[in-house]
Amino acid sequence: MKLHKNDNFSRRNFLKTSVLASGGMLIGFNFLTSCKPEAKMPKDIASLNFNDFNAYIKISDEGYVTIFSPNPEIGQGVKTSMPMIIAEELDVEWKNVTVAQGILDTKNYKRQIAGGSQSIRSNWNVLRQTGATAKQMLVTAAANKWKVDASTLKASKGTITNANGETLGYGDVVREAALLEVPEKIKLKEIKDFSIIGKDAINVDIDKIITGKPLFGLDYKTEGMLYASVLRPPSFGQVLASFDATQAKNISGVVDVITIGDKARKFLDKGYVSWTVALSESDKVVVLATSTWAAIKAKKAIKAIWKETSQLESTELHHQKLTSVLDRKKTKVLREDGNLTKAFKEADTVIERVYSSPFLPHNCMEPMNFYANVTAAKIDLVGPTQTPAEVQKSVAVLLDRKKEEISVEMTRMGGGFGRRLYADFAIEAAEISDKVKKPIKMVSTREDDMTTGIYKPSVKYSIKASLKGGKITGYHLKEAAMNGGMYGAISNFFPAGCIPNFKVESATYNSNITTGAWRAPYTNFLAFAEQSFFDELATELKVDPIQLRLNLLQKVKNTTDKKIQYSGKRMEDVIKLVRQKGNWGKSSNGVYQGFAAYYSHNSHVAEIADLVLQDGKPVIKKVTVAVDCGVVVNPTGAKNQVEGGVIDGIGHAMYADFAFKDGKPQSKNFDSYRLIRMQETPKVEVHFVQNELSPTGLGEPGLPPAGGAVANAINAALGKRMYNQPFVKELEKSTILG
Amino acid sequence: MPNYTLNVNGKQVSVSADADTPLLWVLRDELNLVGTKFGCGIAQCGACTVHIDGVATRSCQMQVSILDDTKITTIEGLSKDGKHPVQEAWKEIDVPQCGYCQSGQIMTAAAFLEENKNPSEKEIREAMHGNICRCASYNRIEKAVKLASKNS
Repeated sequence: MKLHKNDNFSRRNFLKTSVLASGGMLIGFNFLTSCKPEAKMPKDIASLNFNDFNAYIKISDEGYVTIFSPNPEIGQGVKTSMPMIIAEELDVEWKNVTVAQGILDTKNYKRQIAGGSQSIRSNWNVLRQTGATAKQMLVTAAANKWKVDASTLKASKGTITNANGETLGYGDVVREAALLEVPEKIKLKEIKDFSIIGKDAINVDIDKIITGKPLFGLDYKTEGMLYASVLRPPSFGQVLASFDATQAKNISGVVDVITIGDKARKFLDKGYVSWTVALSESDKVVVLATSTWAAIKAKKAIKAIWKETSQLESTELHHQKLTSVLDRKKTKVLREDGNLTKAFKEADTVIERVYSSPFLPHNCMEPMNFYANVTAAKIDLVGPTQTPAEVQKSVAVLLDRKKEEISVEMTRMGGGFGRRLYADFAIEAAEISDKVKKPIKMVSTREDDMTTGIYKPSVKYSIKASLKGGKITGYHLKEAAMNGGMYGAISNFFPAGCIPNFKVESATYNSNITTGAWRAPYTNFLAFAEQSFFDELATELKVDPIQLRLNLLQKVKNTTDKKIQYSGKRMEDVIKLVRQKGNWGKSSNGVYQGFAAYYSHNSHVAEIADLVLQDGKPVIKKVTVAVDCGVVVNPTGAKNQVEGGVIDGIGHAMYADFAFKDGKPQSKNFDSYRLIRMQETPKVEVHFVQNELSPTGLGEPGLPPAGGAVANAINAALGKRMYNQPFVKELEKSTILG
Repeated sequence: MPNYTLNVNGKQVSVSADADTPLLWVLRDELNLVGTKFGCGIAQCGACTVHIDGVATRSCQMQVSILDDTKITTIEGLSKDGKHPVQEAWKEIDVPQCGYCQSGQIMTAAAFLEENKNPSEKEIREAMHGNICRCASYNRIEKAVKLASKNS
């Protein structure tokens, strides 16, 4: 793997070592970029500098290993799994490894800035090489001490052994090892020899989580900090006209009421293009108070008048617009094979279906918040963000300051789901602090979060297939998107390559409602549409739905088409695994099954949903999942991700509805927006395909197939196809859940 | 602002707050007990669950002015060393993903198991239904409550 397209990869360029003043060896390394030649290794732990290196490893004189990394944790478990990879190649015992990351109660460890959320997939090789390089330096130091050739030595579990059976601990040679030149050639372990990777490791923050220690952005505070509650336009399409804060100012604890917006509008005026900056053109009213409660209460007491600057949209309007987008002739063609017109002309049967999904808010359990302290000398920003580099860059533009003057400290995040990719909350916090010249924390309420969000856009898909002689001869997918459209690679997912005449095209409607990435962008709903459609085709062709997929996949197994993103073989393997583990076709009486398989985020996933009818109503009892994500680094964490992804996918497909009227969201809290809860939750059984391929994504790929598996099980039970999410609404219409 | 004396985690504490201030914000902003989380503010998600006289209660709906003569327990005071059977079960099952809702889940489970020492699967699912986990770690929450009931 190359670290960077233009980099001539050399170990000396990504890793440096030094002896710590307090003893022990320090290794600094970078994930995606090489180290600057001038990058200096710090003398002690208190002065770790995360501008020069992404992460550090300390090996103490006693042989204990501490890994320092500012990587953000949104719940996918990378804080645990990434250090496991280093520890594996370094060959130390996991119990002797401590991970010091993203924790607010560590005073002597000041985090600066990191390159954002780096997944296991992109760091697998670098993390392995870092561990292996350090191990080799320790072995070389021991060889020098014994005056023997390094190849005669063995290192395992933190101990180096020579041919005579004498031993040295890593700690015994760290000082010498740190002074050696970084080796160019190293040997990685054989995957079969792994002893840490592949074994369950409990979340490294578990003790802090279960005892309620400060970890999250909302938990962060400094002396004299004020709480800021922001009043934003209630409808998309409105801006602030005027406001009266007389009553609000009389509430005890309120320090000031201000407006912001002038500076943020610079982004819009300058046409500053960044997909992670989502802003309103409106002024916003900000209450500053000595407590969160006073700030929230006072905001409610503000009397604001809003004026309309663009159309106030509604769900009905979106339905009309997206329907007309489906009829649009001018589209962006993302992939085209063969002759679709001919295939449809010569078909025995043509089937066409339209699928719709609503907007979705992210609803991270921790509402958006950010701390900012803007002073003449420097700017401190602290909070839950998935993109610290973007936050730093945006605030530099906002306040016309140098990036070097801005530090961004990441906290643990109470969920991300895509929402914390955007910098809007940090920009607001910085503009407020700049205006009042005080340290502040912007705190959103649930209502703020849900009604002034950056949503998964509403979308429609039209899918049309031609059938001839028992085969699918043509496939036409048309996307009616909002503010964008699926990224090109998706058009090369299944069933691309399986059907000779094939076309994927997309057109978009531009809405003034802010939209953005939501867990498994686009595929979260596309997978449901497509996998429901194939289930319907299987019925039409009188073929078992799983057999239909396996037949189709044969055509892509030896493809020479470089654009095809998925592997026919790996998809076939997960389908066969789930067919066996999920007892496909052999379920007991009264259990109805639905199948779906999908490739996304470089992983292949197949799912079978088992559904029963209770008083005639569908209840999902169990979902069996087969996943190929390459080497599974931490099985307990990996299963947790898949279990959660599947239930999240079912919850949103079944219940989530988010309507607009006069530009205003019609749900604003959990009393009017339904999230899946314990009693609606099926048992999720996860199986991994065992192989030695490099690890791929896991936070997202479990989600997309879930809606399809459930929709197909509902059809098996009730003979009713789901075309629109949420399913409860479809079922209510047909009085099944009336 | 008026003063109130509260008994939190076995200690008498004095706070100055408006009468309508929810216990949640007194705990978080005044007493620095940030383990109790803000999720919805309308008693729908359970992230702010504490024990008031042993009863699992949504602290976002409990005004500070009506809490004298009550004993308040937060996640920080559930056990001395983080070794309450529910906390231990949460660790053994490796429940959390993002972790934000988990102190509320643990407080709900701990109060439930005081009432029902040997719950059925159905009873566990009913008892935990009020607490939202947006990461959907529900399978593990269910397993951990069962495990805690065995180990209590």
